[in-house]
Amino acid sequence: MYGGGYIPPEEQGKKIPVDQEDPIKLKEFEDRIERGEKIEPHDWMPYEYRRQLIRMIEQHAHSEIIGSLPEGTWITRSPNFKRKLALIAKVQDEIGHGQLLYSAAETLGKPREQMISDLINGKSKYSNVFNYPAKTWADVAVIGFLIDGAAIVNQLINSKGSYGPYCRALERICYEESFHLKQGHDNLVALATGTPMQRDMLQDAINRWYKPLIHFFGPPDTSSVHSDKLMKWKVKLASNDDMRNQFLDQYVPKIRELGIDFPDPNLRKNPETKSWEFSDPDWDEFYRVIKGDGPCNEERLDVRRWADEHGKWVRDALFNPSEKYRIPLA
Amino acid sequence: MSNESLDPRVQRLDLHREENDYQTTFQWITFEVFHQQKRGKQPTHVGIVHAPSPDLALVFAKEQYGRRGITSNIWVVKSSDVYMFPQEDEDMFSTIPDKQFREPGAYKVRDKINAYKERQG
Amino acid sequence: MNIEATKDLLYRMADDELIIGHRNSEWTGLGPILEEDIAFSSMAQDKIGHAKALYEIMHTLLGEDSPDKLAFGRKEEQYRCCHLVEHPIGEFDFSLVRHFLFDHSELLRYEMLKESSFTPLAQLSKKIFGELKYHVLHADTWMKQLANGTEESRARLQSSLNECYPLALAIFEEGDFEKEIIDSGVFTGEGVLKEKWMETIQTKAAECGLTLPADDGSEHFGGRKGYHTEHLKPMLNEMTEVFSLDPNAEW
Repeated sequence: MYGGGYIPPEEQGKKIPVDQEDPIKLKEFEDRIERGEKIEPHDWMPYEYRRQLIRMIEQHAHSEIIGSLPEGTWITRSPNFKRKLALIAKVQDEIGHGQLLYSAAETLGKPREQMISDLINGKSKYSNVFNYPAKTWADVAVIGFLIDGAAIVNQLINSKGSYGPYCRALERICYEESFHLKQGHDNLVALATGTPMQRDMLQDAINRWYKPLIHFFGPPDTSSVHSDKLMKWKVKLASNDDMRNQFLDQYVPKIRELGIDFPDPNLRKNPETKSWEFSDPDWDEFYRVIKGDGPCNEERLDVRRWADEHGKWVRDALFNPSEKYRIPLA
Repeated sequence: MSNESLDPRVQRLDLHREENDYQTTFQWITFEVFHQQKRGKQPTHVGIVHAPSPDLALVFAKEQYGRRGITSNIWVVKSSDVYMFPQEDEDMFSTIPDKQFREPGAYKVRDKINAYKERQG
Repeated sequence: MNIEATKDLLYRMADDELIIGHRNSEWTGLGPILEEDIAFSSMAQDKIGHAKALYEIMHTLLGEDSPDKLAFGRKEEQYRCCHLVEHPIGEFDFSLVRHFLFDHSELLRYEMLKESSFTPLAQLSKKIFGELKYHVLHADTWMKQLANGTEESRARLQSSLNECYPLALAIFEEGDFEKEIIDSGVFTGEGVLKEKWMETIQTKAAECGLTLPADDGSEHFGGRKGYHTEHLKPMLNEMTEVFSLDPNAEW
């Protein structure tokens, strides 16, 4: 699961010494990407490419690790064997995805422990959507189907990117996400076709997750700064609006066929522009949550910090200073 | 001490926080993981695990890389024990596909045999 | 075969698996390192899976309710789990030592059950034996490494061992039908298992340089008769919170 091809404007355009890079090497690098070849860890790459990739893959990894928490809320309360096993396996996969993604980012030179420190200290971001609470069991269904669905849209697109290790990680992640999506749909359909109480529970959850879902792909293209460079380097492959449209195309019908709807009378596909329209989802809230002022930001980081602090004695006990950490190969 | 979380697991944690800049300390080394799906198949590189020893690397790799599908065996090798060519030396391999004399496709005799047969009439 | 006796054995085994699996699943997302988080979670899934398989045997062959109803629909006093598995997860050292003690008993138990006269149980034992081998490998590897780690890690293991070992001895508390179970060849009995287990644990602990505390008698007995620690009730309440909203609904 993942959110956020969104790059905050303040991080764009900062320290871009691309014009100071070796022009011959830069051209070779860009030609390679142009030809559709992948970049591998030991290739020459521009500073800015490395920096943006680390930032993006790291955020993606953090999103997996933090993303395990909202659903984790219901691990101990899953209502039967099937759901219990599926949920534990699913949350486990999120951790596994985090591990794979941190590994991909590590090949670019940033050690994993450093990334985790930066997460806990609030220096690096993760997807906003995980700063919202999972209040009822139906939230598990909505997260499993819709948030994971949104994440898959994003990840499938990113898997066509230029950096080899990231693409390889995403290939495996997308394969596992198809299980997430199926189990999420199964759970959601069980509630939608269940008792009135179950349907109400589901509708309530959809109502609460609607806004964070619209926020998921970031602000509209008109208001976000584009980097042609990142597009050219195949670090970013699709615009926020394109991804959001793709998501709504795929998933709105799957909710509506169940007689459940989103709490927005203006949500509709414009037949002429072929794009989805919706009410103003309060982008100010989106920015507030990014800045740390969401309903669960503090708890999410506190829990991660707890895990890290309480595991420290284990990691320290087995640390061997004579074994030098080396950047993993691929 | 409990906190306000909706997660009963989290309620049981003592989430006190000291307001210092948090640093994790040490980093374990990494092991490259090779996965063999079936007997008779080549083991292939699938990723890495962080571990303090080969024993634990195997314990971890089994679940990170073998928890789905079929597995026959898993190997781990310290990342620092793997040697590779510099990536920019890739051109050492660039003319290999041209060396047709190593490929079966370069040896086509059927035309000659057919012509011979025709001549023999 | 005595049906009541077999059911009693299966309840003890299945309830242990369910409760420890549930407890260990609480670690998912909170483990000391990502790789361990994944490994621990897999083992929790395995345990819950074993519980389900055992309830399934009781349901299809011994006339008991469905696995979901058995796991989520019984009262506290109907559970037959031992006290060891009921305790909260504590710190990682507690969960690790409990897992070490418990899983060695599991490996030996299922090894013995491969020869059970109750064929479905023998088949299940053969099927899940490989999983248990990994659980024990996992526990042994960690124990050995942490026992040889720092002063803190060794002290933590010793302290958790002091706490868990007396609880673990009550794994082998007999049910009401021990004689019938042994006579019918369904299981060789808790007494034999306990002896094998003590031998193994003594060897393993010695290899780790850890000391086993004295046997403090049977004060932790009772689980097999439906008497539980104060930890089980709240755990069950939590586990059945959603199920209880409507036990007849399909979730």
